[in-house]
Amino acid sequence: MEYVSPEGLRLDGRRPMEMRQIRAEIGAVSKADGSAIFEMGNTKVIAAVYGPREVQNRSQQISSHALVRCEYCMANFSTGDRMRKSKGDRRSTEISLVIRQTMEACILTHLLPRSQIDIYVQVLQADGGTRSACINAATLALADAGIPMRDLVTSCSAGYLNSTPLLDLNYVEDSAGGPDVTLGILPKLDKVTLLQMDSKLPIDILENVMQLAIEGCKAIANYIREILLANTKQLEYRRGV
Amino acid sequence: MREIQLPLSQTQKVRLQKALEQLESLSTKVNSDASVIIADSIHVNHEDGVLKGHGTADLNGEVVATLCGVVERVNKLVYVRALRSRYKPEVGDIVIGRVVEVAQKRWRLEINYNQDAVLLLSSMNMPDGVQRRRTAVDELNMRCIFEENDVVCAEVRGFQHDGLHLQARSRKYGKLNRGQLLTVPPYLVKRQKQHFHHLEEFGIDLILGCNGFIWVGEHVEAKDDMIEDQVSQSDSQVLFPNKNCVSLEEQEKNYTILETRKYISRAANAVRVLSTLGFNITLEIIKGIIDLSLSMNLDIHDMLGSEFCVLVAEKEAERRSSMKKRR
Repeated sequence: MEYVSPEGLRLDGRRPMEMRQIRAEIGAVSKADGSAIFEMGNTKVIAAVYGPREVQNRSQQISSHALVRCEYCMANFSTGDRMRKSKGDRRSTEISLVIRQTMEACILTHLLPRSQIDIYVQVLQADGGTRSACINAATLALADAGIPMRDLVTSCSAGYLNSTPLLDLNYVEDSAGGPDVTLGILPKLDKVTLLQMDSKLPIDILENVMQLAIEGCKAIANYIREILLANTKQLEYRRGV
Repeated sequence: MREIQLPLSQTQKVRLQKALEQLESLSTKVNSDASVIIADSIHVNHEDGVLKGHGTADLNGEVVATLCGVVERVNKLVYVRALRSRYKPEVGDIVIGRVVEVAQKRWRLEINYNQDAVLLLSSMNMPDGVQRRRTAVDELNMRCIFEENDVVCAEVRGFQHDGLHLQARSRKYGKLNRGQLLTVPPYLVKRQKQHFHHLEEFGIDLILGCNGFIWVGEHVEAKDDMIEDQVSQSDSQVLFPNKNCVSLEEQEKNYTILETRKYISRAANAVRVLSTLGFNITLEIIKGIIDLSLSMNLDIHDMLGSEFCVLVAEKEAERRSSMKKRR
């Protein structure tokens, strides 16, 4: 199967370094303290944040900083095949842990001692890059909830097929079995906060693929900043003085 | 962009959009560049020796925001006033909370804060109004005063080693009965001198809690301690007003007439409309919306419909425009 045509077009008509269309919406869950919907192409993710609030299980309370919990799940209808997996399957647990660690690194937890922040992420439609979309949605939801953060974490994936680095893989490209790099960065601080990779990749090509993913993360960061700034201005002028 | 979640028709959408654009144009001139988001740089003059306040952080000698909000500068203090966030207590704030736990010598209240607030038995007036030391009998009777899920009005006392402490030392604080509790984002409630309001023409009380909890209830006469002291001697029932009493006389006492209940619902819906639109919640605006719905002979449930919300947005744009001209 040919994933990149000789003219340099991918299966869905994108160039190798082109990202799928991204769209974000803030305030999707009215009862949550913060919520967001994030779409990357056909991948659609909804995230809700509750808290900072009182720790529900007293034995888990930490006196110096906040407790961050994350729960990830995929809707049964989100993939082509209907799944009947239980909530605690291995993949969900692993992704929940990844999102929690990524968010814990950027939330200023020491400012919220003895409290708990709950992040709930659900995939409504999966078409590759669900992990990255979940992290972006969680970042937007945390910013909407007014939780102090060092920087906005943004995430993007990149791959390597037909001797070409590709940005923002979709499901078909992801299923090809080639290398898949998922990267999460703090764009202002210019630090990598998450790096995951499947399959094998030569070390010199890894640099190129990572650089491509970093460019994608920065593009997503610019878009997220625009969304948040417009939302903040809107809240302010509607409130009045 | 946060959408207003209402089923709008095309005409209503255009009218609402026009009203919101007018609101935006009115506010753009005042503070056009004050909005920041997380990790934005805040421009400061470093020679002045600025103080970095809440919502800011130092990054390589540069002041950056850690919250989405509006930059405020007070003399040398630079801080970010967060919009959508949990309540940030200040000493002296009037808050409304819900009892979540009755523990030893204290109640724990949920007040939309990072942790539960604590109301000590010694920090409040006893129902009989007598000033005396709290005894073990009072501890045993704590559930007769407030039990779980009661709504309580109190004042922020301060931070202690075990968390946030409240106090309820005057007659106007205490348990709230016969009304509705509403929850709005705390940034919509402005800090003012007066948070207890009595709407005399409707016979209802309105308490705008600084934490975004708003109480609309039937009016209760606030007696001073002297009169309360006399009443307690003649009627021992006052000691424990929370007792479960099924007698007909008690039911008669707790009955609220239909007219007052309608006014309570109308005021509550007025607050809900303001919260949906994201407007500032003050007494004048609430009264204006109630009067508007009464003058239109609108049913109470129609106040939450799309047409009335669009009308409220248009009226608010007119009001702010006229206030700006008057200034």
